[in-house]
Amino acid sequence: MNDAILALDTVTKTFGHGASTVHAARAISFSLHAGRALALVGESGSGKTTCARMAMREYQPTTGQILHKGRPFEGAKADEIARYRRSVQMIFQDPFASLNPAHTIAHHLRRPLKLHRPNIRGSQIDATVRELLQRVKLDPDLVAPKYPHELSGGQRQRVNIARALAAQPEVIVADEPTSMLDVSVRLGVLNLLNDMKKEMNLGLLYITHDIATARYVAEDIAVMYSGQIVEWGPTGEVIDNPIHPYTRLLLSAVPDPDVRFDDPRTRLRPEDVDDIRKAAAAPQEKVVEASPGHFARSL
Amino acid sequence: MSEPLLSVRNLTIDYIGEETDFRAVDDVSFDIAPGEVFGLAGESGCGKSTIAFAISRLHKPPALIRKGSRILLAGRDVLDLDPKALADFRWREVAMVFQSAMNSLNPVLRIEDQFYDVLRIHKGMTRAQARERAAEMLRLVDIPPDRMRNYPHQFSGGMRQRIVIAICMALDPKLVVMDEPTTALDVVVQREILQRINELRKEFGFSVLFITHDLGLMVQFCDRIGIMLAGKLVEQNDAAAIYKTPQHDYTKKLWASFPSLHGGLLS
Repeated sequence: MNDAILALDTVTKTFGHGASTVHAARAISFSLHAGRALALVGESGSGKTTCARMAMREYQPTTGQILHKGRPFEGAKADEIARYRRSVQMIFQDPFASLNPAHTIAHHLRRPLKLHRPNIRGSQIDATVRELLQRVKLDPDLVAPKYPHELSGGQRQRVNIARALAAQPEVIVADEPTSMLDVSVRLGVLNLLNDMKKEMNLGLLYITHDIATARYVAEDIAVMYSGQIVEWGPTGEVIDNPIHPYTRLLLSAVPDPDVRFDDPRTRLRPEDVDDIRKAAAAPQEKVVEASPGHFARSL
Repeated sequence: MSEPLLSVRNLTIDYIGEETDFRAVDDVSFDIAPGEVFGLAGESGCGKSTIAFAISRLHKPPALIRKGSRILLAGRDVLDLDPKALADFRWREVAMVFQSAMNSLNPVLRIEDQFYDVLRIHKGMTRAQARERAAEMLRLVDIPPDRMRNYPHQFSGGMRQRIVIAICMALDPKLVVMDEPTTALDVVVQREILQRINELRKEFGFSVLFITHDLGLMVQFCDRIGIMLAGKLVEQNDAAAIYKTPQHDYTKKLWASFPSLHGGLLS
């Protein structure tokens, strides 16, 4: 598809050199489209945050290129970079660390408006702040004058979403946005992200280790292991008919109240797990297409 | 049910404030049988960790256990123990695994020295004896014993968590309290660890108090489950009943807040 807002094209990122080289990302390709979400799923250390950081221009890829609306990043001019910064916004994992404790919520939302939307001036600024808070279902009268410590984790994450929306982005990169929230508020935040995606036609890169929530927000899914995307395709397809052994392993380990640990039929054998990990970690260029749009690396 | 191993009766704990006290645990009673896995579920702030701390008397001011509360372990009231008896009771009778337990290892000591520390103080073992016991325990949690000369940073998070569990079990405790033991780990590692603990408790017969907010995981692992809401134990039943026929409205709501892997697709 060429209508991608943001695309990674066979991007590789390595850290260190010589014998201690770490391949954090190997030949990663994916694209983000308006009104669609891609879930990047994998365990800690699989390279998903490295991908997010490259998408955010925080890391330079070692090889490969990142395309913004079809144009490569390499050699982009200052005004293009500024446009990019407005167009791609991020929501961080930790709702406690990502807001400045010394400033009010209103301040957090005014800043991106002043920076990215200079045509909004004077009394319009506070009106837009109110609008943004209403959008994320927070009461502006109550929340705008407050400081971050006066809000709950879920409320703070909503403020983070509002702050990302303030720049009128086209793509939002959300790195584990609910993993630090209480179970009872997780769904609310996921629903909100889903609504934003549809209403504002946003492209969403949803990074998570929880494959069950991926189904909830994302049309497409990519499963990462050891720096490689091992399987990708439409979310329902991949979850219901996984091909790659690592995807199967990941799915079988998701807590499922219908599967008791006592049951020998569903026991995960540690030696099998080790074998799958070893096989999945080896670089593999060959890819098989299981059904239209559903791909996996062969083993 | 046979004679319970742990019997918590009318446990009430307040956090003492300058003006008002906060009741974190409100008149909670439950039993854990020998060899049983009992789960406490609830959202953050419902008092489940406060109970875990109280059972091993690790609670600190401003937490105050109110009069009338009783925590009986094998017939002895934990709240009456003097300091010497308490030191003896911890690890030997009740061991604890915390959420970030992998960070509770001493970073400047080799794994074998951390075993030796516990085994010397509680069992008076020599270095050679401790090494032998450490090798035995590490094997139980699928870690090659020859790695006991390594330092904690040379292991992954999941391995460190397993080492902590191995140290916990080195003294054959009767009860292991696990407060969100696998929350910081990914699902595959989580499954491996809990599956192992389940096998070990069958083999050695210890009981487990398992605390988590993940109801699905709890039903997989526990025999019985208690649901906590704002300091109160609102429902207590067999794991299957909590899953299939939850009675309390809050239990139903807690179930509804989990996205299901096989449930409805994106609309």
